[in-house]
Amino acid sequence: MIYWNSFADFLAMGGYGFYVWGSFGLTALIMAIEPIIVARNQKTTIARLKRQLRAESRADNRNTAE
Amino acid sequence: MKDRFNFYRFASPATFYPLAGALIPFFVAISVLFGLAGLYLGMLVAPTDFQQGEGYRIIFIHVPASWMSMFIYLVMAFWAAIGLAFNTRLSGMMAQALAPTGALMAFISLWTGALWGKPMWGAWWVWDARLTSELILLFLYIGYMALTAAIDDARRADKAGGLLLLVGVVNVPIIYFSVKWWNTLHQGSSVNLAKSSMAQTMLWGMLLMAMCFWMYSIAVALMRVRTIMLERERNTDWVKAVLEGEGK
Amino acid sequence: MLKIITAVIGRDLKLAMRRQADIVSAMFFFVIVVSLFPLGIGPEPDLLRKLAPGVLWVAALLATMLSLPRLFADDHRDGTLEQLALAPHPLGLVVTGKVIAHWLVSGLPLALIAPVLGIQFDLSSEALVVLTGAILLGTPALSGIGAIGAALTLGLRGGGVLLSLLVLPLYIPVLIFGAGAVDATVSGLGGEGHLSLLAALTFASLGFAPWASAAALKIALE
Repeated sequence: MIYWNSFADFLAMGGYGFYVWGSFGLTALIMAIEPIIVARNQKTTIARLKRQLRAESRADNRNTAE
Repeated sequence: MKDRFNFYRFASPATFYPLAGALIPFFVAISVLFGLAGLYLGMLVAPTDFQQGEGYRIIFIHVPASWMSMFIYLVMAFWAAIGLAFNTRLSGMMAQALAPTGALMAFISLWTGALWGKPMWGAWWVWDARLTSELILLFLYIGYMALTAAIDDARRADKAGGLLLLVGVVNVPIIYFSVKWWNTLHQGSSVNLAKSSMAQTMLWGMLLMAMCFWMYSIAVALMRVRTIMLERERNTDWVKAVLEGEGK
Repeated sequence: MLKIITAVIGRDLKLAMRRQADIVSAMFFFVIVVSLFPLGIGPEPDLLRKLAPGVLWVAALLATMLSLPRLFADDHRDGTLEQLALAPHPLGLVVTGKVIAHWLVSGLPLALIAPVLGIQFDLSSEALVVLTGAILLGTPALSGIGAIGAALTLGLRGGGVLLSLLVLPLYIPVLIFGAGAVDATVSGLGGEGHLSLLAALTFASLGFAPWASAAALKIALE
């Protein structure tokens, strides 16, 4: 069923290797990096919000103590 | 009455946040499965195209990316309409979460179009009606993102962005037809890429890849919308509960 | 209904007359941009004749953009806009008046000056007539669509640049049909088809854009 005779043939893409792999490569790169960036944003947002929350509750405690 | 109740329940960020979190791995898994199947069919099984040689295989990402870029814009406009009509909080967040992915899809479509155009037309860029419209679509995405980023107040950003999306969606067909007309008048460069006599395996490969891109977009948008929700609702009890549960 | 529109037009024109320098600068901007092109491209008449419609139209788009940020900003600053939004008559009518007034001080002068610039590009008299007609017909659409952008970016940092990002892609159909009308005349095909499409665009955007802008203004004023 596989159309290609050898792996080298597959890579060469009948002479269009540069264009085909250039397209697939960049797409794969984008689809790998985008989720990583989004996940990292999520992590930093959570960390920042937690810090704010802690700072707020500390301020609240001080206010009630006074 | 029950449906109504459910709709509002899931439209509330407090319920949607964990739901989205549970759905993301599911969408990622389907996306990977569709992607593997599509790549197997498209890259390994599908025969060569007798006119374009192996270069035609770019179609397996070019066409799905173009479809998604247009589809995501429509979905954003749909959310915008819901948001403006029913004043729901979630819809504006969804539209904003989708925008960067839509813009990336438009960019992928342009990039692969250029890499396809070079061997087929002999030029990286041709002012073909479809490529030109895709470029304009990318501009519309950038405009939307720039507008929502410039407005500090989240509610105003949602509404203003939503209105821009609705204006854009009315204009997209007008822009498309004017570009098409312009293209036929300045005759020439338009080459018909998608031939109707496509081999069955090619068509299936393309549809599977389109499903992969679709599921991917949903997964990334859900990830993004979760961050937006936390940011927007940081003063609510449910976000505080989520933050306390995190990392324990 | 007509009374509201004419009252707004009269008021905005009076205000514009107090700041004639703005109108004149926009016109000179148009003249200078158009005159720069032959310097960049070279003086061959054949080439210039071919480029003229596009160059004149792109310069016209940019020149109308210049005055757009002011469309609502002054009224917003002194609180007039909020009064108008609260008034019993629909805000869309007020915006219609403002759009027409904007066209009278920005689009109309461009149409009057364009034929003179067309001569620089060696256009035939027939093409000059079509050019003037196309700018007359197309610029109201530019003012209308621009009003939506101006309303959306009201009071934002860097509003002017943002405005052009939002509005210029939406101007593309006007550019295509406007320049196409002159192009078709130059190449002897006749520009009537383009002109009627341009008129359709203008009517559609004058009917639709003021209400969209009014909605955007209400969002901005909330």
